[in-house]
Amino acid sequence: MSIWEYANPKKFLRTTERILPPLWLVSGVLILGGLIWGFFFTPDDYRQGSTVKIIYLHVPAALMAINAWFMMLVASLIWVIRRHHVSALAAKAAAPVGVVMTLIALITGAIWGQPMWGTWWAWDPRLTSFLVLFLFYLGYIALWEAIDNPDTAADLTSILCLVGSVFAVLSRYAVNFWNQGLHQGASLSLDKQENVADVFAYPLYACMAGFILFFLVLVLYRTGTEIRLRRMKALLARERMSDA
Amino acid sequence: MRDLRLAFRAGGGFGLGLAFFLIVTVMVPFSVGPNSATLATIAPGVLWLGALLACLLSLDRLLALDWEDGSLDLLATAPLPLEGVLSIKALAHWLTTGLPLVLAAPVLGVLLNLPAGGYLWITLSLLIGTPALSVIGCFGAALTVGLKRGGLLMSLLVMPLYVPTLIFGAEVARRGAQGMAVETPLLMLGGITLGSIALLPFASAAVLRVNLR
Amino acid sequence: MIEVRDLGVSRGAVPVLEAVGFCLAAGEALVLRGPNGIGKTTLLRTLAGLQPPLRGEIIGDREQIAYAAHADGLKLTLSVEENLWFWARVFGSEDIAPVLSAFNLVGLRTRPAGSLSAGQKRRLSLARLMVTGRRIWILDEPTVSLDTASVQLFASAVVAHLSAGGAAIMATHIDLGIDGRLLDLAPFKARLPALDFDDGGFL
Repeated sequence: MSIWEYANPKKFLRTTERILPPLWLVSGVLILGGLIWGFFFTPDDYRQGSTVKIIYLHVPAALMAINAWFMMLVASLIWVIRRHHVSALAAKAAAPVGVVMTLIALITGAIWGQPMWGTWWAWDPRLTSFLVLFLFYLGYIALWEAIDNPDTAADLTSILCLVGSVFAVLSRYAVNFWNQGLHQGASLSLDKQENVADVFAYPLYACMAGFILFFLVLVLYRTGTEIRLRRMKALLARERMSDA
Repeated sequence: MRDLRLAFRAGGGFGLGLAFFLIVTVMVPFSVGPNSATLATIAPGVLWLGALLACLLSLDRLLALDWEDGSLDLLATAPLPLEGVLSIKALAHWLTTGLPLVLAAPVLGVLLNLPAGGYLWITLSLLIGTPALSVIGCFGAALTVGLKRGGLLMSLLVMPLYVPTLIFGAEVARRGAQGMAVETPLLMLGGITLGSIALLPFASAAVLRVNLR
Repeated sequence: MIEVRDLGVSRGAVPVLEAVGFCLAAGEALVLRGPNGIGKTTLLRTLAGLQPPLRGEIIGDREQIAYAAHADGLKLTLSVEENLWFWARVFGSEDIAPVLSAFNLVGLRTRPAGSLSAGQKRRLSLARLMVTGRRIWILDEPTVSLDTASVQLFASAVVAHLSAGGAAIMATHIDLGIDGRLLDLAPFKARLPALDFDDGGFL
């Protein structure tokens, strides 16, 4: 029994069909529970007031924005090395989810930043690197869309993902360095984890776990859709061949 | 291996990139106003951005011409490794686009009221950084060769990859202009350039092979 | 010189030919025939190593193959001579004079390739094959836009190449008067694979 068995599209579909409904349920309960707990049953922060509660969306989304890219990187590597179609499709399926997560993190960050820092946006390292990540996602998705042949697209996007990861890390260091160098930066980047007290932390963990599961559900679901799309394309190609 | 002469004679992009660089630089005072102090502050960044855009502009001709006339197929079946071919292509691109930009930057710096200390550093940072722009651009060109609307897509793909080079390069120039220490960003810039030259041709050749099949 | 066994090729992820097999010895020519869209170009590109075969194998020295495509692969701003010298250097040959005369290009040697007619360009691109010094020529529709005299010129160049121990595989609809075996690709058209959802692929 090896994990590579799930690289077979049929096996993959059969398994995900079975585990998706309970996963949906658990992630929904965790997110809803975490959010309700966080929004209504935690005290206001003494400094930030009730605005702190956006943390329950912001942090999990940011977590998944990065992990989605990481998952795409792993899936791309698997495609490059072992050439399992499901892996390439999973990477493709994860990208839009990742880009939405990045967008949620950026927008909730802006909404949070406005009352706290007095500005919607600052070129703080953390913010900047998320913006760069967003651009990488856009490029990756655009490349998938631009190429007709699915295998070619999988190859090219995988290599783009690998090269992009290196440059994304470099960018992260670059913007870090940049802010230490010239601006007073640190006053803006208040470290979220440090001053989170336990009362806030438990619902946050629930939300984070919920987002992780939710991401998993979406990716599995979308991968299934991609598999069916590929199958449909293959069937259409068959039909054309038998007509010709 | 005389791809160079070929690029010289075949590429009209030689003067075009330079002219674009000039135009961008001239447009900046029009948009931010003629205040010398403001211009002096943003001069290093503007020069770097202008050079980067000029580089980007000339990229889609890097492989597209060879793709259209079929010589890319022939080069791929030639005894040269594709990695080598692409390195030469990137070198040719740098000599025809990057190097003129490096030489033009100090002249354009005058227009932007660049502080006296900045001339050396803007030239040096561009000299070190532009090869990376060419090599990364070559990767982008290899990714999008043969695609319809490839030029636009390539800009979208290449721009994020340019971020670290731009940040460190402009940082060197800015710190130089303000008379601060430049060692760290200079080293990082050099590292990015050397790393890109050493590794990216392999990625470029891999994606080009995929695109040719 | 080159042997092909049970070769399957695909275009745009759709299989087009399968179970193609032939063996070519030195001095032999193989002419591929078949209706448009059967996969002649795809097969030639696979043989040239530009795309991987779907299955099967190609046995032979890849380093001995020179490929000439539909497109001429000429730099229009360079002269005839410069174009040839470029490829001669790439392939490590020393001399282009005999090639120029074989394809009747001596009078055109300093003209920019962009000012040549379509037929003249074609001749130049075929001349490129000779400067490669490789023994197996793979030619995709080599006679397009050539006039009768140029076709003769080309045919005699191929014959000379064959008698010097070379080999050629070409896709063409014109009878060149070269003794070559004909290979009709129609019987090798890929059949529909059996429906099998368990094979790890998508069909």
